[in-house]
Amino acid sequence: MIAPDRVVPTTCPYCGVGCNLELHIKDDYVYKVTSPFEAIVNHGNLCVKGRFGYDFIYNKDRVTTPLIRKKAQAPGARTQAFDRDQWREVSWDEALDYTTDRMVEIYQRDGADAMAVYCCAKATNEDNYLLQKLFRTLFRSNNIDHCTRLCHAGSVVALQMALGSSAMSNTAAEVIHSDLFLVTGSNTAETHPIIALQMKAAVANHGAKLIVVDPRRVEMVNWATLWLPEKPGTDVPLFSAMAHVIVKERLYNQDFIDRRTEGFEDFCKSIEHFTPEYAEAISGVDRNLIIQAARMYATAKNAAIYWALGIPEHSHGTDNAMSLIHLALLTGHIGRQGTGLNPLRGQNNVQGASDSGAMPWHYPGYQRVDEEASARKFEQAWNIEPGGLNRRLGLTTTEILSEVRPGGVRALHIMGENPMMSEPNLNHTRHMMEQVEFLAAQDLFINESGAYADVFLPAASWAEKEGTFTNTDRRVQRVRKALEPRGQARADWEIICDLAGRIEKKLGRQQTSFWAFRSPAEVLEEMGRVVPEYAGVKYSRIEKQGLQTPVWDDNHPGTPYLFAESFPRGRGKFYDIDYVPSVEMPDEEYPFILTTGRLLEHWHGGTLTRHSKLDDLYPHARIEINPADAARLKIEDDQAVRVSSRRGTVVLRAWVTQRTTVGVVFIPMHFAEAAANLLTIDALDPLAKIPEYKACAVRILPAGKEELPPTVTRGRY
Amino acid sequence: MADVTLTIDGSSVSVPAGTTILKAAERLGRRVPTICYHDYCTANGLCRICVVEVDGVKPLLPACLSRVSEGMKVSTSSVRTERSRRTILEMLDSAVDLSEAPEIQKFIGDYHADRARFPEAERREVPVRDDNPMYIRDYAKCILCWRCVQVCADDAQFTYAINFKGRGFDTGIGTFFDKPMPETSCVFCGQCVGVCPTGALKSKREALLEQGVSFDEILQATRGGKKRRRKSP
Repeated sequence: MIAPDRVVPTTCPYCGVGCNLELHIKDDYVYKVTSPFEAIVNHGNLCVKGRFGYDFIYNKDRVTTPLIRKKAQAPGARTQAFDRDQWREVSWDEALDYTTDRMVEIYQRDGADAMAVYCCAKATNEDNYLLQKLFRTLFRSNNIDHCTRLCHAGSVVALQMALGSSAMSNTAAEVIHSDLFLVTGSNTAETHPIIALQMKAAVANHGAKLIVVDPRRVEMVNWATLWLPEKPGTDVPLFSAMAHVIVKERLYNQDFIDRRTEGFEDFCKSIEHFTPEYAEAISGVDRNLIIQAARMYATAKNAAIYWALGIPEHSHGTDNAMSLIHLALLTGHIGRQGTGLNPLRGQNNVQGASDSGAMPWHYPGYQRVDEEASARKFEQAWNIEPGGLNRRLGLTTTEILSEVRPGGVRALHIMGENPMMSEPNLNHTRHMMEQVEFLAAQDLFINESGAYADVFLPAASWAEKEGTFTNTDRRVQRVRKALEPRGQARADWEIICDLAGRIEKKLGRQQTSFWAFRSPAEVLEEMGRVVPEYAGVKYSRIEKQGLQTPVWDDNHPGTPYLFAESFPRGRGKFYDIDYVPSVEMPDEEYPFILTTGRLLEHWHGGTLTRHSKLDDLYPHARIEINPADAARLKIEDDQAVRVSSRRGTVVLRAWVTQRTTVGVVFIPMHFAEAAANLLTIDALDPLAKIPEYKACAVRILPAGKEELPPTVTRGRY
Repeated sequence: MADVTLTIDGSSVSVPAGTTILKAAERLGRRVPTICYHDYCTANGLCRICVVEVDGVKPLLPACLSRVSEGMKVSTSSVRTERSRRTILEMLDSAVDLSEAPEIQKFIGDYHADRARFPEAERREVPVRDDNPMYIRDYAKCILCWRCVQVCADDAQFTYAINFKGRGFDTGIGTFFDKPMPETSCVFCGQCVGVCPTGALKSKREALLEQGVSFDEILQATRGGKKRRRKSP
């Protein structure tokens, strides 16, 4: 038996559930991970990533020395360098001075619009707060965004429009108080495994009913009373038809509508044409199922809606989310325990990165950059001359790359993200990355994006730094330093403060915006002074258990569920929405709808999990195809296939399975050698600017085994 | 629920109806020994180490399962309970490798169990199952507490990958048709590893480290197990 040198409590770095962990360490090696059974978030339960997925910390491919590219890169001719021979190991001084010189040169030549940064939903609140502060105060740029744009932007915009707040309204622990869930666009059992356990327990042990609306036969369907297998991108007609049934059968909550909402009369007129028959024709779901689902949802005592990226990742993602919000407003299933509107956040800290202001239109705390009062407030807080901060809305994630050109974006700093895997239409992304004039990458591994960089700043992993993550139900939890950073790697917040000090000096700024933080706790205190929702979040209060924002002051106990009395915008608002088909519909040439997403065993762009033994469990990309389609195409299980869209082609193995429905195929997004995003379309939602990852047209042809990409064993030395 | 008043070891205590004797005793600060019981699993009364004596009731009752009743008189430590616990410990020790179960070893000392009482006993000797990259199963250390099966089923994961197999002495924990883990419904969450009290289930990294394999070698280890076949629903 191994006696640990120490056991360090911390928070899981993978998904938004925010499971509590204990790292058991012997000789600086994490040999075991457990979870305290009294943990309020996960009750001692973990998933495979949380319990076993940490060997990436020690992977020999991890970069632990600052690097500068040997061959100078020119815009238009930028190349990828995965091989360490193409880089020169340098000191931190050299790396940071070089970054400072190049960035300041570009800023002084081209101005604020030339500067852009990708913050990181895996990094801490403190890291993100500092990085957005650096770009706002020193470069006066709002071109600051992170991957929230690629995941829940549609949900955020819709919730802001209808309610005035964008977070998950309830706590995951309330799942057992719901007697009905509607789960849509979420493969909960694989992407939020611990919340799925709570849902299964509610169904199996507490008699709750589950309705799943999803084009895939995801595992939660096994626990469902109803499964509505819609075609991808038909959420608006389906959910509006449910609303139609609720209105026609007078199953709505008149009292709630009168007291808490506005626009009901107009809304009733606007959904007149969304009959179940109409929805059936578009979505392919039997009208009787739609009627039954509407009745079940409306008549439940406490019904909650949970959704993930199947809803927002569409060119009409905002409308999709709005059609769900309408259901809650009609029935009053919000603002009580066990009810609510719950967008399940993907990344461990996507809620926190958004709260910390890693957004192009908002300062920390969702205070708009184009509102004079909030700009003034932040000028004062950050010691900037009046009028100094940029009032113009910045560019979003996808726009930042499409604006790379002379006169547009020239310098890009990427902390922990991997746009070369996560952007739609990667061939286009590649072209834009090649045009960047200066690129700094701050990460653990040289991933597909970092390989384009001029300078690589090796960051500490989550186990090697202090900080906080805010999970999907708004709980701010501690991340603790369990290990010394490998090699010369440094915590992101330290790198940013060091870099900011150098840039500030080089720019010759008279007053400092303050970068001399001694610890992340001090950073969070500064953030608490400008973000009212975080005013009461102090490290001393969250050592044992996290607090749920808003926490208005030092004595406030936190907020388990939102909107009990009112909505932040006052009354909840109904909108008139209509069905807009996906930009690319299947046709004779490209007859299948491709939808993309995540697997249990892997994480997003794969920077972490594909450098871990998790890769052993699911080592190859596979396209899920329904047996009926496979039989028609004469494709057998495990056979190589060539999948093409109008934008790209990948070759990968087929997985003939009923996990997907006829006419719909699924490719996970994690595998660089067969990147799903080479195929996806870069059509954007007009309001939220979120790309349509969940629906594009593809064709599938059998291929030879020899055409498969070579197997790379990245999981070990 | 209405409160029930009972006497435990001479002290009176009032607890809500439906409380177990184990939890009622905890109220009084008395710890009844447990092995298979786990606060976050359904109690099964399998190991019987928690037996207590109740006035007017002939058999010893498992405290983890038995509910309190009005006027009940409980003795958590009597000649009969001590002898019973001692024998259970001696039998476990005679057949199972308890080297990584410090709590049970402490009970063996506390109850003066005679480790040589059953010299002829057949020991449970089964090879270590190493069929996946995440954890190993060393059933020579298994005391059949059932926690792993329960968390794999309705106590946590709802995956149902493992269950009891065999009968009598050959009873063990296994997969259906004894398939290797990657071919079952297992999702490698490791909830089972998290509740195992004897080190029978263990993270593979930890197991290799114990065998003296260096960190570097562990990181280099070849792909474990066979290719995963995920079941179609």
